[in-house]
Amino acid sequence: MKEVIADIDRWQAAGRRVAIARVIGVEGSGPRDAGATMVVSEDGEVAGSVSGGCVEGAVVAEALAVLESGTPKVCTFGYSDDAAFAVGLTCGGTVHVLVEPLDW
Amino acid sequence: MFLWNRSTGDQRGQLVSGELYRELRSALLGDEPVVLATVTSVEGEAQRHTALAAKLVVRPDRRCLGTLGDPELDRIATRDALAALDRGVMVTRHYGPHGEARRAEVSVFLEVFAPPARLVVFGAVDFTRALVEVGKVLGFEVTVCDPRPVFATRARFPLADEVAVEWPDRYLDRLGPQLGPRDAVCVLTHDTKFDVPAILGALRTRVGYLGAMGSRRTHERRWLRLVEAGADEAELKERLMSPIGLDIGARTPEETAVAICAEIIAVRTGRAEGLVTPLRSAAGAIHGS
Repeated sequence: MKEVIADIDRWQAAGRRVAIARVIGVEGSGPRDAGATMVVSEDGEVAGSVSGGCVEGAVVAEALAVLESGTPKVCTFGYSDDAAFAVGLTCGGTVHVLVEPLDW
Repeated sequence: MFLWNRSTGDQRGQLVSGELYRELRSALLGDEPVVLATVTSVEGEAQRHTALAAKLVVRPDRRCLGTLGDPELDRIATRDALAALDRGVMVTRHYGPHGEARRAEVSVFLEVFAPPARLVVFGAVDFTRALVEVGKVLGFEVTVCDPRPVFATRARFPLADEVAVEWPDRYLDRLGPQLGPRDAVCVLTHDTKFDVPAILGALRTRVGYLGAMGSRRTHERRWLRLVEAGADEAELKERLMSPIGLDIGARTPEETAVAICAEIIAVRTGRAEGLVTPLRSAAGAIHGS
């Protein structure tokens, strides 16, 4: 999380709302461990990562949706999940990502 | 503001938006240890007081900010957060609605932000320079300690965070209590008058990795001296990685540093006696085909 603080600071200073996505669990092979963090500003700027690049696009969409709804959400991306397979987690693992507004 | 604990109206209600993040941010920027506990799933009656994404920020002195929604759950999660911090590992724990064991209505992700683990190298020899460099690559806070001022100099170990001109046992008397399961002590002097006090001193700490360099002959002689000096043989067998390093055929100081650091990782992750072979578990020559 430390590596994205500067970006959060910059966005918050500009009055932009921020969503935060954190890997809370990995089953099988996954590119990043639990704790990997990505942040998304309300206008779609991104810092950090939660995978090797496979699911970042989907996480950005979830992050923007969560800023709309204001409700935290756990998203699961994995080989067995058709939608996630479409976004391409090719390593065969499953990652669970908590996406929420950074309003805490 | 999103208030996960509005229903119970307890202390969480006094927090203003951004307060937990500010606490976390200041700990991270100050390299202070901290754990962020977050509810990642909640079922059944627990939903009456706990919500998804409820948070508790835990400091090592048990100072907490926020709540998971229940005081008992907070207490148990704080205990587990501190244990996770000690080991430096991220973990998800499962509890009953009030922190009960062997239940799983509430899952809590304990995100550990630990300051760098420490690597203490005794002996300011040529292998030490390479070990300092590889240790820095892995993110260790590195100390070189040797009682000989000619060898223990900043100029020889520019990447070390600390160069201590001190006897190993004195250094460990002073700073040993700070060492924990994530930290490593490497004894590279292969001179029994330095090795033995360094190893004995390190055994009195909670350090997670303890390795000592030397040929198989040096190792055998050193083992006898350690036992003569009162070391418990069972404890030596359990804790002392000697000869130090994984059996990857390392030869140069740089290769040896990689073999040592790989063993430190393997011990930390519990693989040392399984998928990889530490030199101490292999027979035969350390060098050569």
